[in-house]
Amino acid sequence: MRFLLDAEQAEFGRTLGRLLAAADVPAAVRAWGTGDSAPGHAVWRRLAGTGVFGLAVPEKHGGAGFLPVELTLSFVELGRYAVPGPAVETAAAAVLLERLGDADGGLAGTWLPAIAAGDAMVSYADLAHGPYALDAATADVTFLVDGDTLRACDGCGPVQPSVDPARRLTRCAGGAVLASGPAVWAAAAQAADTARLLTAAQALGVGRRLLDDTVAYVKQRTQFGVAVGSFQAVKHRLADVLLALEFAEPLVYGAAVEWAGALQADTANHGYGATGAGIGVAMAKVAAGEAAYTAARAALQLHGALGYTDELGLSLWIRRARALRGAWGTPAECRARVLAGPAPAGPQIFHE
Amino acid sequence: MDLGLTAADAEFRREARDWLAAHVPAEPLPSLETAEGFAAHREWERELYTGRWSAVTWPEAYGGRGASLLRWLLFEEEYYAARAPGRVSQNGVSLLAPTLFEHGTQEQLARVLPAMASGATIWAQAWSEPGAGSDLAALRSSAVRTDGGWLLRGHKTWSSRAAFADRAFGLFRSHPGADRPHNGLTYLMFDLAAPGVTVRPIGRLDGKPAFAELFLEDVFVPDADVIGEPGQGWRVAMSTAGNERGLTLRSPGRFTAAAGRLAALWRATADPADTALRDRVADALIGARAYQLAAYAGVARLTEGGTPGAAASLTKVFWSELDIALHETALDLLGPRGELAATATEAPDHGSWADGWIFALAGPVYAGTNEIQRDIIAERLLGLPKGRR
Ligand SMILES: Cc1cc2nc3c(=O)[nH]c(=O)nc-3n(C[C@H](O)[C@H](O)[C@H](O)COP(=O)(O)OP(=O)(O)OC[C@H]3O[C@@H](n4cnc5c(N)ncnc54)[C@H](O)[C@@H]3O)c2cc1C
Repeated sequence: MRFLLDAEQAEFGRTLGRLLAAADVPAAVRAWGTGDSAPGHAVWRRLAGTGVFGLAVPEKHGGAGFLPVELTLSFVELGRYAVPGPAVETAAAAVLLERLGDADGGLAGTWLPAIAAGDAMVSYADLAHGPYALDAATADVTFLVDGDTLRACDGCGPVQPSVDPARRLTRCAGGAVLASGPAVWAAAAQAADTARLLTAAQALGVGRRLLDDTVAYVKQRTQFGVAVGSFQAVKHRLADVLLALEFAEPLVYGAAVEWAGALQADTANHGYGATGAGIGVAMAKVAAGEAAYTAARAALQLHGALGYTDELGLSLWIRRARALRGAWGTPAECRARVLAGPAPAGPQIFHE
Repeated sequence: MDLGLTAADAEFRREARDWLAAHVPAEPLPSLETAEGFAAHREWERELYTGRWSAVTWPEAYGGRGASLLRWLLFEEEYYAARAPGRVSQNGVSLLAPTLFEHGTQEQLARVLPAMASGATIWAQAWSEPGAGSDLAALRSSAVRTDGGWLLRGHKTWSSRAAFADRAFGLFRSHPGADRPHNGLTYLMFDLAAPGVTVRPIGRLDGKPAFAELFLEDVFVPDADVIGEPGQGWRVAMSTAGNERGLTLRSPGRFTAAAGRLAALWRATADPADTALRDRVADALIGARAYQLAAYAGVARLTEGGTPGAAASLTKVFWSELDIALHETALDLLGPRGELAATATEAPDHGSWADGWIFALAGPVYAGTNEIQRDIIAERLLGLPKGRR
C-alpha cells in the first residue's frame, strides 16, 4: 500500500494548475454568467490539451485509459481555479456511455472519442439526483436519465439562475430514447457516483483556494497596528479550515481508488452497489462539501466587508462552494448513503 | 496511489486477528484507572508480550517484531476490532520509547525497553507542573548536580496513572542561569518508589484515582538515567512530543472500531425518522474513515523520509474532537440509559460508552490543549505571524 500521489501525478496537478493560472479563468467565469461562453470554451480547449477528459475514457475510444486518481486530482485543480462548464457532467456521461457499451446504437463509439479529445462539452442529468441540467444550452448534447431510460434532450426550459452565476441550470425535456432497461439503471448509478466524486474533488479545490487567498490576505491586512493574521481568533478559525480540508482530502482520493476498483471489478454492471465504493464516495462528498463551505464562511468573514463584494474574485469561490454542496447529492442524502451499506473495511485487497 | 495490501501484510493482519481472537479476555477488565484494574491490565501487557504483540514496531531484540508502521496500523485495527483491553503501558510505549530510540544510549535501550514491553515496569509522564501547563517551559522543578547523578526537587502534577506506575520521566531545570526558559533543562527518568518521592492520587472527572501529583524532595537519579545531554532536555522532549499528538497515542483503529460499534448501535436502536441523529452517526463514520486514510497517507510519507512535525497537531485536534462527538452521539442514541455511569449494572455495553465519553472529554486538554495546537497549525502550517502568547 502506498496511499500517496506519486511524483508524476503531483507534477500533472502542478502543470494543470500553472496552465489554469495563466488562463484568466475569472474573466471566463464572469463572461459565462452573462451567457458568453467563448472565453470558457477557450479554457476548456486548453484543458483538453492536457488530456484531462481522456482520463475518464478507455483507450479503445481514444482516451488515456481510466485513471481515477489523475481524474480526481484534475478536478481538484478545476475547483481551485473555478473553471466554468459541465466538466463533472462530461466525465460522468463518459462513464455512463462506457458502461452501456456498444450495444445501444454505437453511443459510446460516437461520443467517447469526442469527449476524450475535448471536442464535446456534454451535460448530463439524472432525475434521481436533481431536476436541473447544468449548462445544457451551451453543451453539445445533454443526456438525461429518468429511472431506467436514457434520452438525448431536445429542449430545455429557461435558465434558472444559480447562486453561482457560472452555473446555468435548466430543466430538460425528454427527447429520443437512446437506451432503456436495467443496464441503464446500473450505468447511471455508476455515473452518479462519478459525478459525486468529482464534485467532491472540485469542492476540495474550491476550499483550498479560499484558504490560500484568505491566509494571504490576513497576513497583509493590518488593524490595531498588526497583521490581523496574528490574532488568535483569526488563526484558530483558519486552523479549523485547514483541518477540515486536510481530512477531507484523503477521503476524496481514497474514494477514487476504491471506486475505480469497484468499477473495474464489475465490468458486467452487476453488484456495483454492494462493494461499498459508493459509500466512500458519499463520505468524500460530505467531507469535502462541508470543508469547502467552512472555508467559504471563514474567507468571507476574515476579508471583512471586502469579502462580501462581487468585485473581489473571492465571490466566485464562495458562491461555488454553496452550489457544490447540493449538487449530485445533498449532505443529508450522502449521510443516509453512508449508513445504507457496509463501510469500506480498510485495506483488504491482497496482491504482491 | 494504492490501498491494497501485499500478501505478507495481509498475513500479518490475519496472524494478529487470530492471536487476539484466542487471547482477548471474554469479559472486559476492570478500569485501568483503579488499582485493581491496573494490576489486571499489567497482566494483559505480560500476555501481549508473550505473544510478541506489545510493541510490534520495536526491534526483536527488545521484544518487538520489527514491524513496519503500516503493520502497526493494521495491528491496531485488529486490536480495537477485537475489543482488546486499553494499554496501561501507553506512556512508556508511545512516549518514552520513541524518545529513547532517538536519544537513549544502548545501555538504556537494553535496560528499559524489555521491562517496558513486558509490563514489568509501567511508566508515567511527569511533564506538567502546577505553574507549567500550556507554558511548559515555565517549569520550576529542579535537578541539582551531585556525586554520580542528580537530586530532583519540586512538584509535578496531572501525571496519568502515576498513582500505580513504577517509574516516571520528565523535565527538570538543571542550569538555573540559562538565557531562555527553554534552555538548561534536563530530561531524566526516576523511580516513583525512590526515597523522597510522595505520590498523591487525584480523582478524575468520574472520581477514579487516575492521575497524581508528585512531590519530589532530593530524589537521587544516577547519570545513567539522563536521556540525551544534560541541559538539552527541551530539545529531547520536543523531538518526540509529536508522538503524543500524532498517531501513536490514538491510533485510527480505535476510532474505526468505535464508529463501527456506533453504527451498529444506531441500526439496532435508532428511530429512522430521527435524521439529525443519523447524520451524527454518519459523521462519526466519516471522521473515523478520514482519520484512517490520513494515517495511511502519513505512514507513506514517513516511510519515504518525512517527519510528522506540526502535522501531528492537526491529528491531535482531529482525533480529540472526533472522540467526543462519537461518544456524545452514542449517549444520545441510548436516550435515558445514556446517563448511566459506567459502574451501573444496567449500563449498556459494560459501560464502555459512558467510560469512553469521560475519557474523551480530556482529549482537548492533554497532549497540549487544542488552543495551543491550533496556534501551532496556524503558525507552522499556514505561516501566520506569531501573536502574543
Ligand atoms: C486526563 C489528563 C491526563 C493528563 N496526563 C498527563 C501526564 O501524564 N503527564 C503530564 O505531564 N501532564 C498530563 N496532563 C496535563 C496536561 O498536559 C495539561 O493539562 C495541559 O498541558 C494543559 O495545561 P493546564 O491544565 O495547566 O492548563 P492551562 O495551561 O492553565 O490552560 C487553561 C486554559 O487556558 C488555555 N490557554 C493557555 N494558554 C493559552 C494560550 N497561549 N492561548 C490560548 N489559550 C491558552 C488553555 O488552552 C486551556 O484551555 C494530563 C491532563 C489530563 C486532563
